[in-house]
Amino acid sequence: MAKDQSSTIKEIITEFGNDRHRLMDIALKVQSQLGYISEDNMEAIAQTLGIPLVEVRDMVSFYSFLPREKEGKNVIHLCNAVVEKMHGMDLVAKAFEKNLDIPFGSTTEDKKITLKYTPCMGMSDQPPSALINCIPVTKICPEDVPGIIEDIIKGSKYSCEKRASSIPAAQVETNLMKEGEVIFSPMERGAAVRSAAIRTPDEVIDEITSSGLRGRGGAGFPTGMKWGFCRKAKGDDHYIICNADEGEPGTFKDRVILTEAPDLLFEGMTVAGYALGAKEGLLYLRGEYAYLLGYLEQILESRRHLGLLGKNIVAKEGFDFDIRIQLGAGAYICGEESSLIESLEGKRGAPRHRPPFPVTDGYMHQPTSVNNVETLCCAARVLEKGADWFKQLGTKDSTGTKALSVSGDCKHPGVYEIELGIAINDLLEMVGTDHPQAVQIGGPSGNCVAPKDFGRKICFEDIATGGSVIVFGKKRNLLEIVKEFTEFFNDESCGWCTPCRAGTTIILKMLDKILEGRGSMQDLEMLKKVGNTIKTMSRCGLGQSAANPILTTLQNFRNLYEDLCKTDEYIPPFDYEKAISVGVEIAGRDPVEEEE
Amino acid sequence: MDKIAIIIDGKEVEAKAGQTIMETAIAAGIYIPHLCYQEELAPGGHCRVCTVLVNGRPQSSCTHPAAEGMVIDNDTPELLEERRRIIEMLFVEGNHICPFCEKQGNCELQALAYRFGMIVPTLPYLHRKIEVDATHPDVFIDRNRCVLCGRCIRASRDVDGKNVFGFEGRGPQKSIALNTKGALSDTQLDAADKAASICPTGSIVVKRVGYAIPYGKRKFDKEPIGSEIEKAK
Repeated sequence: MAKDQSSTIKEIITEFGNDRHRLMDIALKVQSQLGYISEDNMEAIAQTLGIPLVEVRDMVSFYSFLPREKEGKNVIHLCNAVVEKMHGMDLVAKAFEKNLDIPFGSTTEDKKITLKYTPCMGMSDQPPSALINCIPVTKICPEDVPGIIEDIIKGSKYSCEKRASSIPAAQVETNLMKEGEVIFSPMERGAAVRSAAIRTPDEVIDEITSSGLRGRGGAGFPTGMKWGFCRKAKGDDHYIICNADEGEPGTFKDRVILTEAPDLLFEGMTVAGYALGAKEGLLYLRGEYAYLLGYLEQILESRRHLGLLGKNIVAKEGFDFDIRIQLGAGAYICGEESSLIESLEGKRGAPRHRPPFPVTDGYMHQPTSVNNVETLCCAARVLEKGADWFKQLGTKDSTGTKALSVSGDCKHPGVYEIELGIAINDLLEMVGTDHPQAVQIGGPSGNCVAPKDFGRKICFEDIATGGSVIVFGKKRNLLEIVKEFTEFFNDESCGWCTPCRAGTTIILKMLDKILEGRGSMQDLEMLKKVGNTIKTMSRCGLGQSAANPILTTLQNFRNLYEDLCKTDEYIPPFDYEKAISVGVEIAGRDPVEEEE
Repeated sequence: MDKIAIIIDGKEVEAKAGQTIMETAIAAGIYIPHLCYQEELAPGGHCRVCTVLVNGRPQSSCTHPAAEGMVIDNDTPELLEERRRIIEMLFVEGNHICPFCEKQGNCELQALAYRFGMIVPTLPYLHRKIEVDATHPDVFIDRNRCVLCGRCIRASRDVDGKNVFGFEGRGPQKSIALNTKGALSDTQLDAADKAASICPTGSIVVKRVGYAIPYGKRKFDKEPIGSEIEKAK
């Protein structure tokens, strides 16, 4: 390999302290400086770190944003999520292909531009969207494409170096449609941290417990209990990790929180650090939000100047805490807390065996609490305004508010902070819809809800959600959407376990047979059985919900499937006539039928 | 507390502190079907065949620690059906050639299929195109028959101390990778390594010994997989 490449890699690895656990940062930097991570580059990384090549390969090959093949100088990642396709993505894709004269998945001859697709990048409220290098571009029309290409070739506009100084709202619309009392109301910097510091850590945890706050990622685990477990667990260090890897298709509320209320989030992390006895907090930021990195770093820096991070925070002796931001590299599974921890340790984002749980054995095998962006914001507000104030909002078992990301067929897509317990009907009225055929609550891993259930409520005791709400109007082909969602899980499966890896590939094939009109009622029964196997036998939450698009529509929209299956008889998985057609053509005659 | 009492299929058994459900069951002569688990290696939790219900919740018994008072369902018609379907998934995911595979009769995948009463896969074949690497003088790797159980990886790393194998890619693209830019012959793998003989299927096979014992006289030709555990008590 070229000597300068090898020395560049050595410099990068030195910059990260020759620490194997920083392999993610090392790989991202090698990628950004050398354009890709070749076999030679992987070998140089392995040799310099003193680890086996196969370990580097294992990690690098896992992430979408760490290419191992040489790409163009500029990379356009066009988002091909369901909502983007509903809003004209295909025409934009065609415009790129026509103007560059290459298909997606390839690079121009002059090596200047590569075209690629990427799953939901958190811009479903302003589709069609793309990441150009690491800069998001939204609401793209086919007519915009020539101008975009011209700007790319000129160079400056889509250079990653620009991201440090830019204000996120200048690049991406915020679309904060409803400001609630918890997340998006005005705040005073340091109020929550000061309120925590006058209490003991146990009193802080008691306050959180008393507020009834539950995890906002969707699972709804009581936050006070999680913090309590973590604080009590023995370890050399304790860690608070903020999960800002929202990857569920149709979700973008963390993007808006990180843009509009980053201080509230950092308050929450600092409060958690105090409560857990953690000196270090880590924010895992999804790779698609790299454009927010510079902005968030600036906010951290100003908090350090204000004495809200660093040593002796709010002048309290021994209250030491700081935050590091770790960038991800395009893997949905890293939103699962143990995968996220693996990724933070510089490994492939495969979930861990559970138990042990992160609260006792997490980052660097130390007690760790992983909390959602929104949960930490809520925690800060509980400290600022009190548990009793928080409890007045929402329902008895679902206290507080929830930020929902609403997209699809509605007049006003964006983020709505509503009180938990809102009926789907009331939400639909707020966002402006016209008798939709279905609403996807909780993204593909959630539930495809039919109109008869629009009276149901969004809260932990009824329909729990991480916040993705996608509205499907009457004209949408729901089963095509089911297929897209299932393809998403198939692509994003980590591949660790059989039911999720093989099972999602198999149900896609079974679904195809039905969509092609070659399905029978027997296939529907089998599809349900295989779906249940994936749900029951998979190792982590991704696998356990990967069949939900199929299972929930089989339940709520069974007629759509039955319309495609005309018979109860067995239909073979392949088309017999088509399969033998080549042979028939060569032989020049039809096959001989066996006589009875 | 050293002794832990748990119930497996209605039978009370005793676990030692730190034991998994799988280890407890084997010690008690109870067979929990498994594929990626191998007594000498750390558990992987990949295949999910050993999934049991722990107080009603599905958990892989090879990774789940036994805890006082656990009630475990293992041998139920529902779990048998789920396990059989997982074995079917592995059959259609790869390209398996049982009738002329040198591993047949010694193959754990095949043996589980027989034990579960699988006659033929009822799921659609995926027909994936996969290359064979026969460059090594004494061992070949045919990923067509790989079930991604990761035994070779754990054996090479933890027993042989060589790290010859690892995973690569994710989802349907996941495969067994090598610790080299080249082929299997460029690795440190030796035919005497644990990793060369621990594959449950015919994916990693030592050359020139495949037919030393004829078909019909092999391990699982004599008795079903799991018999040795059930007979131990």
